[in-house]
Amino acid sequence: MSDAQMPTAAEIAADVRTGATTAIDVVERHLALIASSDTEIHAFHTVAEEAARSAAAGVDEAVAAGRDPGPLAGVPVAIKDNMCTRGIPTTCSSKILENWVPPYDATVVTRLREAGAIVIGKTNLDEFAMGSSTENSAFGPTRNPVDPTRVPGGSSGGSAAAVAAGFAPLSLGSDTGGSIRQPAALCGVVGMKPTYGSVSRYGLVAFASSLDQIGPFSTSVAESALAFDVLAGPDGRDSTSIPQPHQPVLPVLGEGVEGLRIGIINELSGRAGGDIAEGFESEVVAQAEAAADALTAAGAKVDEVSIPSAVAGLSAYYMIAPAEASSNLARYDGVRYGLRHDGPNTASMMAASRTAGFGDEVKRRIMVGTYALSAGYYDAFYGKAQRIRTLMITEFDKVYEDFDLLLSPTSPCVAFPFGAKADPITMYYNDVCTIPSNLTGHPAISVPFGTGEAGLPVGVQILGPMLAEGAIYRAAEVLEQAAAKLAGASANEGGQ
Amino acid sequence: MASREPLTRQDVTDVAELALLNLSDDDLDRYTGQLDAVFDLASKLDQFDVSEVPPTSHPFGLVNVFRADSPPSSVGIDGTDDNVRQEALASGPDVEDNQFKVPPALGESP
Amino acid sequence: MSTQSETSTQTDTEPFEESVLPEGWELVVGLEVHAELATETKMFSPAKNEFGGEPNTNIHPVCLGLPGTLPVVNKKAVELSIRVGLALGCTIQRCIWARKNYFYPDMPKDYQISQYDQPLNVDGRLDLPSGSSVGIERAHMEEDTGKSTHIGTSGRIHDAGYSLVDYNRAGVPLIEIVSRPDIRGPEQAKEYVDELRSILVTIGASDGKMEEGSLRVDANVSVRPVGSDELRTRCEVKNVNSLRSLGRAITYEAQRHVDLYNAGDSPRLETRHWDEEDGRTRSGRSKEDAEDYRYFADPDLVPIEPSKEWIDEIRAALPALPRDRRNALLARNADPHAAAMAVARDLDRLALDAIDAGADVDSVLKHVANNLAVDGAETLDPAAFAELVKMETGGALTATQAKQVLAEMVEKGGEPARIAQSHGFEAMDTGELESLVDQVIADNPEEWERFVGGDDKARQKMQGFFTGQIMKATKGQADGKIVNQLLMAKAKS
Repeated sequence: MSDAQMPTAAEIAADVRTGATTAIDVVERHLALIASSDTEIHAFHTVAEEAARSAAAGVDEAVAAGRDPGPLAGVPVAIKDNMCTRGIPTTCSSKILENWVPPYDATVVTRLREAGAIVIGKTNLDEFAMGSSTENSAFGPTRNPVDPTRVPGGSSGGSAAAVAAGFAPLSLGSDTGGSIRQPAALCGVVGMKPTYGSVSRYGLVAFASSLDQIGPFSTSVAESALAFDVLAGPDGRDSTSIPQPHQPVLPVLGEGVEGLRIGIINELSGRAGGDIAEGFESEVVAQAEAAADALTAAGAKVDEVSIPSAVAGLSAYYMIAPAEASSNLARYDGVRYGLRHDGPNTASMMAASRTAGFGDEVKRRIMVGTYALSAGYYDAFYGKAQRIRTLMITEFDKVYEDFDLLLSPTSPCVAFPFGAKADPITMYYNDVCTIPSNLTGHPAISVPFGTGEAGLPVGVQILGPMLAEGAIYRAAEVLEQAAAKLAGASANEGGQ
Repeated sequence: MASREPLTRQDVTDVAELALLNLSDDDLDRYTGQLDAVFDLASKLDQFDVSEVPPTSHPFGLVNVFRADSPPSSVGIDGTDDNVRQEALASGPDVEDNQFKVPPALGESP
Repeated sequence: MSTQSETSTQTDTEPFEESVLPEGWELVVGLEVHAELATETKMFSPAKNEFGGEPNTNIHPVCLGLPGTLPVVNKKAVELSIRVGLALGCTIQRCIWARKNYFYPDMPKDYQISQYDQPLNVDGRLDLPSGSSVGIERAHMEEDTGKSTHIGTSGRIHDAGYSLVDYNRAGVPLIEIVSRPDIRGPEQAKEYVDELRSILVTIGASDGKMEEGSLRVDANVSVRPVGSDELRTRCEVKNVNSLRSLGRAITYEAQRHVDLYNAGDSPRLETRHWDEEDGRTRSGRSKEDAEDYRYFADPDLVPIEPSKEWIDEIRAALPALPRDRRNALLARNADPHAAAMAVARDLDRLALDAIDAGADVDSVLKHVANNLAVDGAETLDPAAFAELVKMETGGALTATQAKQVLAEMVEKGGEPARIAQSHGFEAMDTGELESLVDQVIADNPEEWERFVGGDDKARQKMQGFFTGQIMKATKGQADGKIVNQLLMAKAKS
């Protein structure tokens, strides 16, 4: 990893704003690192060199002219390749959109540009964000910068890897069932999934509309909060956007967790009745427990809590997400954009295009979703899953009457080798801890906390109720400091 | 709830036709098992009695979100300028006379 | 103007209970009317809602269904839809959006945003001018599709060749008004559509132009033995582009059903297309087993909960409906047919004002029906119009003269008395007329003998002769009624 010598987003913005450095300088440094290292990692599909240089020049001009260049002045940001960027290809890692160039910017991209950030490139993902390892990309997997023989997690693997490798201090991911938090955990970075509706989805290519949410990756909690404050807020182009103004989270950082009530979710902690639950690695479970101790030490009141429906999350998710996806992905039919394979009539042309354009996992989910929505099965599958969702929201809301925040591991395991989870269902189990927040719409963050098997990073997840990002960031910051302290202590021990 | 009938090749054939995906025999074999496993996972929901629980199609109870009936004030930003039209047409796989060209349809729109 | 005569109320409407089917069979029809809402922009996208235009000019990333785009509801479209619901006496309720999933190239997302199990308007009723009522099951909102033009040698859909797709219409807001199967004949169906269109135009919800496709009708047709209340298999007939076609298509389709039943067969549930040229319906889609639309609540949109305040506000601003306007005339003893005509011509206000100013109801409506189907009729001053009618009924003007004066009033304005004077239409002095009558009698003694002494038939014939002679002598200025009175009086003396 080469991030040690790269400045943080806050440092870059401060230096660019004061003129201590130029945006173009920052961009060139990052482009150089990408050029030298991304051939191995493959975090990017597109490195937007020219667009980045021209945007940087714009920021430098603003500084020179005495205009406010924005809170992210000159900060390179990598964008998951399922968010639209005008003039820059947006592929969703799918052959069906291989050459598609959107004629418009996603709202988050507009907000980043307005804040002075520089779009440096578009990152790899599992095709249409369907996967947990980035192995489902039609253009080849991304390697984990911590250990290139292993996956970076997914689906936002490219964005997690880009930050972990120092290619950009910030990146954007989308999280439908854990696609920000799980790769953040596996790559040892911070990844936040905001409250559903707090960040506009306009321009995010839909996977499962009622679950998708955009959020930032960063190396630190403070940078995550900085980015979140830029991204969040109402957007008239997204009907599901929360209409109330965003309450900035940066000001509450540093307030600590004194007096906060934090619950460890039994069902998701990997320790069922004292034994390690199937699929959970013991080191991961132990780190989550150590994180609980760290929060207690910082003044929080930590207790165990049971949420029975949480285990149903996985089953409900794998009905709802494919159902919505089957409809969202119907538009890739070879008529208006994307790949076309011809046929003698419209329907055969559409089928040929879709068959050639979609990968295995996408086809699987489209078929699952189509079946789950079809006339005879709607109630048994989709309808039932939507009711389970209500049950989960009710149970979580009830728990939040007694707790401010909840805690669990982010992923049951650390980064795994390529091909280790070839069976789809085995792969799906990776999302067991992250899925409940998507179904409830609540916010959650993954923070690096120690290491597990083979010295690989472990992520701990903090969950909160609707719009509790402030409290989540406070707790995340406490864990970040505790993790650094523990790492320092063990490094000292090792040195002695 | 009674135990679920396993998915058949015919089910998968039907669903693929509905989703406009062409499957080879090998695909069918593979997908039939894989899809069945997903529905097995889904049948774990049967341990919860939710007959009295209303469905959620949206995490929060937002209602009445509207826009005004007016074209965007700033042409361009919202993608209504002629460039957007040209860019959209330029990304069409087959365009003739500013229209998207497709092979003949079988039957009319429902 | 063929479309005008074809679509205006009543002119070509015979009383229904038309026997279009063989003895013993009854028609059962429900109509689905799609009307484009008169908004400035589309249902979910800020692109313009405009008819015509170069292909793919009124487009925007949202209505092209580009990846990543999201729909946002046009508030005006909802307001217009609530107006429709109120005008049809529907219950306005909390509603949600649903996706109707099917692949078709003119539908950019390959699903249509519509309303399914929770539509905006339910349970209404439409009262028709001729007295019957048709139940309204629902009136829901949805988005329109684009348009495909088939390019091939024969122009037929099954021809090889290719299609060109234009998305200007894609996403235009529609309201779909679904009637109950209460319609029993083609004329009633036409009357229903005509009345519905009149309502939509009156309340400003739609321009109702069938010829531009902003109003489209699909008919669900079935038949049953008279006296039965069963609902047999129906066929949905599409591509009906005028009221005339609607009547023909329903008649054709119903007869087809009767023929099938009589042959021991039965129709199957399907969509059929009306072929105007051949005057028959054709099977449209044969994939009946694939019509699984997989409706589900659209996760990109949130429910609409119209508040009572909002509904009341819309109701308060609603203009008078055609039915209420007809009733206002009926309350003044108007003939129902004539009242409907006045409303259809949008001249009911003028007629009411003239009647209330003392003019005779039937005479007023006679002019509205016969002499006022012209541009500018609506600008007529009601007081002046009333004056004209009074002059006519008072005998100061003949029917022909009144018509001439009225035409000039519409064209140039002005007082009827002055216009009549300028044409020399002053009512002929009765004394002057009497001496003229005497003169004509003196000039035709034989004919007069036959008038006085002949039987009824002869008298009638001679009466025509004398009236004609007198009219000729007065160049049409004499009042026929008075001439007759004079002739009768002289015959008796």
